[in-house]
Amino acid sequence: MNLQQIIDALNLTILTEKKDFSLIEPASGYTSDLLSCVMAGAAKQGIWVTLQSHGNIVAVAALLDLCAIIITEDAKPDAATISKANEEGIIMLATSEKSFSVCGQLWSLGLRGG
Amino acid sequence: MKRFRAELHLHTVHSACAEVEMIPPLIVQRAMDDGINLIAVTDHNATANIAAVQKAALGYDLTVLPGMEVQTREDVHCLCLFDTLEQAAAWQAVVDAHLPNLVNRPDFFGEQYVVDETGDFIRSETRLLAISTNISLDDACRQVTELGGLFIPAHVNRTTNGLLPILGFVPQGIPIAALEISLHITPDQALSQFPQIAGYPLIQNGDVHMLDSMLGANEFFLEDVSIAEIRQALKQENGRSHKILLT
Repeated sequence: MNLQQIIDALNLTILTEKKDFSLIEPASGYTSDLLSCVMAGAAKQGIWVTLQSHGNIVAVAALLDLCAIIITEDAKPDAATISKANEEGIIMLATSEKSFSVCGQLWSLGLRGG
Repeated sequence: MKRFRAELHLHTVHSACAEVEMIPPLIVQRAMDDGINLIAVTDHNATANIAAVQKAALGYDLTVLPGMEVQTREDVHCLCLFDTLEQAAAWQAVVDAHLPNLVNRPDFFGEQYVVDETGDFIRSETRLLAISTNISLDDACRQVTELGGLFIPAHVNRTTNGLLPILGFVPQGIPIAALEISLHITPDQALSQFPQIAGYPLIQNGDVHMLDSMLGANEFFLEDVSIAEIRQALKQENGRSHKILLT
């Protein structure tokens, strides 16, 4: 399953620059809002589901080489964070859905924890 | 230069989690007994008891700085310290506008009392205070600094409401004046567990919710007490200095 299929199935808003998301295959999923836990627990090339929208999420995703961040519950990263994500090549997606529901949908699509 | 022993993180009965003994005259008395001559009153998202503590301290060799422990959108606790009640009031207005309108449940969280300088009851705050405001840490830091205040993320090492567990590392590009470490860790231990804090001035406080946790662990040498003087001391500038006393 590629990232474009996930974006379509979950009706995600794309916050960062558009690219060919069908070429990106997320390896696994992870969720936490504690960035220290993410740094210790998220697997490379995974999708990270969080309601944290602070600028530090970009650095964490870049550090771990994550595939994409899905920001839930309408949390809005500021313009500087989005611009930093574009610089770092981090894909940020957004939804008004809650993290629980997003994880459930990703699981139904076949994604598993890393 | 004058020497100050400071406790810069102290709650009154306005904070639901503080003990009922945290009333102005007892706070002043304990500070005096412990040789502490500088305190900051830092209730959760609130400032209503600061003036009462300042009045209670009149006639004593004790300076009471206005402050607040704000809870940011990210769930991070940060100390905001000011020179004047007017600055604190301006910051309180911002916080009030960004605080979810929830009602306190005293049976669960505790009472939030506003008191006078003798500790007598004035009113009980019904709005739930100790929750996240919808202000990002970065915005809070910029706004407090623009108002002339010091912005110091609190107990940064603590898993609950501490900057480092929640945000992983210290955000860059914002005017963070210092980082507070909790009373359960020494500065050396903090630096070894969290190498990402190297280079930031560290302060240590008791996060005082009961009189017995007053530490007075900060030693300052200042010309007099002001935010500008403390700012210089944190940077060890112009003969001002600060260090953490091992308690």
